[in-house]
Amino acid sequence: MTSATLFGYCGAVLVGLGLFGLITNPEILRKIVAFNVLGSGVFLLFGVIARRGAAAGLGADPVPQALVITGIVVAFSATAMAVALLVRFNKETGQVTMSSDDPSNAGK
Amino acid sequence: MTYYVAFDLGLAGLLIAIAASTICARAAFVSLVLFMIYGLLLAIVWVRLSAVDVALTETAIGGGVTGMLLLGAAARLRATKASAAEAGLSFRLAAGALCLLVSVALGVVVFSLPDVPPTLAPIAKENLALSGLGNPVAGVLFVYRALDTLLEKVVLLLALVGVWSLAQDQAWGGIPGFRVYAQPNSILVFLAQVLPPIGIMVGIYMFWAGANHPGGAFQGGTVLAAMWLLVMMARLRDVPAINALWVRQLLVVGPGAFLAIGLLGFVFADSFLAYPPDHAKPLIIIAEATLTLSIGVTLALLVAGPPERMPQQ
Repeated sequence: MTSATLFGYCGAVLVGLGLFGLITNPEILRKIVAFNVLGSGVFLLFGVIARRGAAAGLGADPVPQALVITGIVVAFSATAMAVALLVRFNKETGQVTMSSDDPSNAGK
Repeated sequence: MTYYVAFDLGLAGLLIAIAASTICARAAFVSLVLFMIYGLLLAIVWVRLSAVDVALTETAIGGGVTGMLLLGAAARLRATKASAAEAGLSFRLAAGALCLLVSVALGVVVFSLPDVPPTLAPIAKENLALSGLGNPVAGVLFVYRALDTLLEKVVLLLALVGVWSLAQDQAWGGIPGFRVYAQPNSILVFLAQVLPPIGIMVGIYMFWAGANHPGGAFQGGTVLAAMWLLVMMARLRDVPAINALWVRQLLVVGPGAFLAIGLLGFVFADSFLAYPPDHAKPLIIIAEATLTLSIGVTLALLVAGPPERMPQQ
């Protein structure tokens, strides 16, 4: 097994972990963190494709690398937007969680 | 080689352990600190995958700016206790089974990747010399896929517009609330005086070296943003009001210059974002230099958040 394949499996596990946190944790801030872990796992899968595409004297295919750099920037923009929404949501409702339950029943 | 194998195995194990504790930690603050460590470890993985440009971006964003943004949010939400109950055991088991399925499916995909991997590296390398750049990743970002890079900067600006639009009416055009971070103490003030001259040099170097070596506008801009945030946190300089003319100008100068160069491509080359062959490198440097400034200001203001108070008259 090459190191690229090893980190590919690693990326697959990270996607699963991030998805688990996104589904199960009721706190919105933790959901945002989990979403970032999920995203980094996907980026890592791209990195494996890039590493396997090493050719022409380059250590890795530059095209997936450039896509990942763009992806990291866009993920950060989305995170900043999500955090701002969360802070405003907290100001309006006094909550930090998302729940389908009636807010008056929450915490029981 | 066995040393590398052991190192990779250890690194992968550590990365997954830190990611798992980030997800499972009880306290939000612990989870955020673990997430920043996770970002730094991930950067080492990117180095092992021979993607140093990505490693620099991951360190700057994953380990740095995202962590600071999330810590700021945690501080703002500190007063509120989570009201919803934790999900029940059966729900967690079902979610765990689903996530395991997703991971296994992705693992199978990694296992069954074609033996002869498709690659665009030779084509990317072949025409790189025409652009005057030596770093193939910069070549993809600024020449082959320049439209992606232009739109990515527009996304950053749109995110900032989105963040600002969440301000309350009476604070519109005011100063971002930046008081959630620690009261400045003598260590913070000292570091905010000593580090910026070094950091600004590093930022400019990263942008300049990015043409031929790993680095570039985005990584350099992030370092500049970090230095500015440090100075504002130590209250050596005030956070500017978001309707200050110089702030608006710095925000748009990079994307504006890049767009102008792109439009000039219609006149002096054959299409949008094409460079005339003799002047490709100077044009790319102008675009990158202005983008470095704009990215620095945009990232710092994204972290600072929506305006919360009006400037004192």
